[in-house]
Amino acid sequence: MTAITSATTPRVGPGFRLQWEPAQDCHVLLYPEGMVKLNGSAGEIMKRCDGGRDIAAIVAELETAFDTQGLEGDVIAFVEMAGKQRWLTWT
Amino acid sequence: MDLKTRPGPPLWLLAELTYRCPLHCVFCYNPVDFAKQEDEISTADWIKVLREGRAMGAVQLGLSGGEPLVRDDLEEIVAEARRLGFYSNLLTSGIGLTEQRAKALKEAGLDHVQLSFQDSTREMNDFLSHTKTFALKNRVAKIIKDQGWPMVMNVVIHRLNIDHIDRIIAMAHEMGAEYLEIANTQYYSWAFLNRDQLLPTHEQLRRAEQVTDEWRARLGESMRIFFVAPDYHEGKAKKCVNGWGSMFLTVAPDGTALPCHTARMLPGLTFPNVRDMPLKDIWFDSEGFNHYRGTGWMKEPCSSCELKEVDLGGCRCQAYLLAKDADAADPVCIKSPQHHLVEDAVSAAEKPRTVEHPLLFRDPVNSRRLTRV
Repeated sequence: MTAITSATTPRVGPGFRLQWEPAQDCHVLLYPEGMVKLNGSAGEIMKRCDGGRDIAAIVAELETAFDTQGLEGDVIAFVEMAGKQRWLTWT
Repeated sequence: MDLKTRPGPPLWLLAELTYRCPLHCVFCYNPVDFAKQEDEISTADWIKVLREGRAMGAVQLGLSGGEPLVRDDLEEIVAEARRLGFYSNLLTSGIGLTEQRAKALKEAGLDHVQLSFQDSTREMNDFLSHTKTFALKNRVAKIIKDQGWPMVMNVVIHRLNIDHIDRIIAMAHEMGAEYLEIANTQYYSWAFLNRDQLLPTHEQLRRAEQVTDEWRARLGESMRIFFVAPDYHEGKAKKCVNGWGSMFLTVAPDGTALPCHTARMLPGLTFPNVRDMPLKDIWFDSEGFNHYRGTGWMKEPCSSCELKEVDLGGCRCQAYLLAKDADAADPVCIKSPQHHLVEDAVSAAEKPRTVEHPLLFRDPVNSRRLTRV
């Protein structure tokens, strides 16, 4: 996977599935025989990683939704980490 | 049960769809008397189990057996699981997984196939010598890849195949496995009957771990290798099924709900059938599921042990099998008064073999013979 830029469009990696779990009150990431419980901000980022939005769009949406600024660094750091874990992928 | 020990939902639902199986593995954990348990619940019963489990918050579904592919309603069960939002895992030997069947399962929404190398002797030998079973597995591995499923392979290891671990890992790599689970045999049911033949030596284990580490260093992230250590050699009890009735719920082929797939062997406990009781009542209120929850049931040395919340006394089935007392500390623990039984088994494995009884293959004839009353 290439280095992340604002034009990168991450999507959930093959074999993984992201979904909201009411019983656990959080987003979870499911994979072969396992599950990661995501905290609030990780869930908000991941659910926007649909292969259609690029990093710039994800950041803009989050900044609007949470009425804040300067999230790009945090988003890129999370996407980078998630890429290493194969949770997210991009070309 | 007090509030402190009230469990969360059964996040993991294991559906043992059938005990029927084309293989006869000597390390199988299915009950020794499986041949007497021919009753299988219907498709409608399984769908009811899935709905009730999902409503409670179950999220991972294991489809296992026996060989789950022998059930011709597997596609229907998978489709319902997908519709409900389960992540579905098919645990299979690959026998019966044709291209058509794989396509149908993919369309039904199956998320993952774990391909196992099961048979310890003929199949492993074929596998190691590149003959017909290797060809079959290779074909199945390709079918799995073609459907876009992650390639997850599982090999159960023991004294008779552990020395081939280098070849095993090399072949998993050749087949394009992304994950390889190297699972040491756990000694229950058929594996317990065959323990003397299957228990490896310390030296065999040490070498196997060393070879595994070398492969990890060579392959990096391209194939992740999990090495599941055997508890007999570690002197440490494991938190069995992550705690009795805390996360895992198994439904046996006949509909009996169990906290783990071997729990039915424990004397004096009764486990309800999913046909008779809603899953929620079984999970929260049945005597069988509550019996070993938490730490209140413990006796010494567990009840005063500083690790009692960490390992929860280990495995109840192992305590019953080895100490003949399901309430005892798991004898793999060095603090168990019966720990010498485990030490004796491990040191017997170090000695050269003279007299051995033959391996007992898991088949219906042996099952009936061993459990004749």
